[in-house]
Amino acid sequence: MVNLQPNPYEPNEAIILERIQESPNLFTLRLKLTDQKLQDAYEFEPGQFNMLYLYGVGEVAISIVSDPVDSHIIDHTIRVVGRVTRGMANLKKGDRIGLRGPYGRGWPMLESKQKDVVVVTGGLGCAPVVSVINYIDQRRSEYGRLNIVQGVKHTTDFIWKDRYEKWRKLSDTKVLLAADVGEALWPWHVGPVTSLFDQLEFDPTNVAVMMCGPEGMMRVVCDHMLDKSVSAEQMFLSMERNMQCAVGHCGHCQYGNKFICKDGPVFSFAKVRDLFGVKGF
Amino acid sequence: MKMECHFIQSDQLQKLLDNLLANGYVCIGPQVRDGAIIYDEINSTKQLPRGVTDTQAPGSYTLNNNSSDKYFDWANGPQAIKPLLFASRESLWQSEQSVNGQISFITTEPILKPIAIIGVRACDIAAMKIQDQHFLQQQFVDPYYKIRRDNLLTVAVNCGCPAEMCFCHSTGDGPFVDDGADVVMTELDSGFLISAHSSQGEKLLKGLTLQPVTQRQIEESETIRIKSSKQNKNLPHYDIKSRLFNALRDEFWHEIATKCLSCGNCTAVCPTCFCHNETDVAELDGKSSIHYRQWDSCFSQGHSYIHGITIRSETSQRYRQWLTHKFSSWHEQYGRSGCVGCGRCIAWCPVGIDVTESLANFEDRRRG
Repeated sequence: MVNLQPNPYEPNEAIILERIQESPNLFTLRLKLTDQKLQDAYEFEPGQFNMLYLYGVGEVAISIVSDPVDSHIIDHTIRVVGRVTRGMANLKKGDRIGLRGPYGRGWPMLESKQKDVVVVTGGLGCAPVVSVINYIDQRRSEYGRLNIVQGVKHTTDFIWKDRYEKWRKLSDTKVLLAADVGEALWPWHVGPVTSLFDQLEFDPTNVAVMMCGPEGMMRVVCDHMLDKSVSAEQMFLSMERNMQCAVGHCGHCQYGNKFICKDGPVFSFAKVRDLFGVKGF
Repeated sequence: MKMECHFIQSDQLQKLLDNLLANGYVCIGPQVRDGAIIYDEINSTKQLPRGVTDTQAPGSYTLNNNSSDKYFDWANGPQAIKPLLFASRESLWQSEQSVNGQISFITTEPILKPIAIIGVRACDIAAMKIQDQHFLQQQFVDPYYKIRRDNLLTVAVNCGCPAEMCFCHSTGDGPFVDDGADVVMTELDSGFLISAHSSQGEKLLKGLTLQPVTQRQIEESETIRIKSSKQNKNLPHYDIKSRLFNALRDEFWHEIATKCLSCGNCTAVCPTCFCHNETDVAELDGKSSIHYRQWDSCFSQGHSYIHGITIRSETSQRYRQWLTHKFSSWHEQYGRSGCVGCGRCIAWCPVGIDVTESLANFEDRRRG
């Protein structure tokens, strides 16, 4: 008898409890593992990801956006970018998919308690940090001042307007939005996201900066934060590379001496700064 | 464990095969096929490449007859252990969708028989130890690799005939086997020295007619070791590990890209390269889908693809990825370099790029 268990490559069945259309090419799947025992035992931390499997098509790595204390559901916000995600966009409530995870190391939420937090995102809505904001929202008194900064290229790229409105009403929270190219009725700042940084309120010696978005943008944010005397150990970024196995075997996400899937996807800037921004890695 | 060395006559080699077969092993051994020495099923010593040797050069591998009576008077061909443990393509699991939309997952069970591989070299034993680290000694264990590894018995033969491309002495992995094999043999003119390196190996030796070793036989073995250690190719002596990552913008990467075809042959023949991709192949009736994995290469276009972006679109970036990983970042991941000096990537490169020359280039540049 051949025993291949535990098998880290094999998904488990999950059912779609709800499907939410966030924007024309962005949707959220609210999932639950159909094996109740597995669902009850499922634990994760913000910033970790799952491999989602679309029947007959393949797998894709997607970060988890729901709150870790809510053990009933696992939410994934997915952007339509390729074959698997395009197919997943057609799924509806009650449909089944495969899920395995969680994988990787997430945001340093415990280590950042009592610190000011600056969340910076760029590009289209950045799911990996939504979990950070939700996490702090649920435990508001355990963290210092919260700054949420989002930069988009065009004002029309801005999604989740309702969420930003909601976050703006949180106590001790500053929400700043910028578009590189403005247009009529855009109430926020026009210019690069870093031009908002003088408005941020944080103690550079007691802050965690958490960011997600294009690497070029994150590099600029890190440089600005270094200028403001924030240490590289206190800046965290979520990295993306081709991931197929998610368990450090397939080699696609190798990044210098790391595998993004198991050593990341969240790294402190100090850990990646030597290679960060070098084209081809 | 204490490794006692014995002598066996050449005819005991067939006995060894017979005993393995009688114990349910599939024997895999070297043999000539399609102009190369490859490893496949074997049940007779007559199938071994006796009287055959090889000539290797950058981008070139040919077999020739020689006058030797030895069975193992040749250097490694394109493959040895890696495909036996880490299959080039295999199904991992299958999914089935029922009419009401439920999906079930069924683990693919590999057809498994204990395998004994005869005649493997020190470089490939060293490479196997590296792949063991990668697939077994991490947070996640690869169950497919593990089950085959648990069922593999290795009968290594110390190398008495390194090729022009070999540099195992320089990487510290050969030409003789230190540890990692179950049985180690040295082929002499009149027979073999043989020692067991594991309890399984000891069992195997019990079925053979063992003779005490003479001083002259030990000297003959030592002469072979010294001769085989004299290899023309070497890794350069500078601190490769740190210097490569300090040379990421070097013009060398662009120079080598004018030659490199980005074909991935080097990674296919490399006994330590582990990259693989996963693909789903749906059955035509739509009722099931098989999830495969197969070898991939960091030289392929798709290797670094992520939602519309190819991180390494240029050959220069892919060659740099391969060389810096194999010889530099590999140290931090696995505690040693990813190269065992087998020389395959040189011989099997269609344009004859020599990895030792690529590395030496950075030494020359500093001096210049």
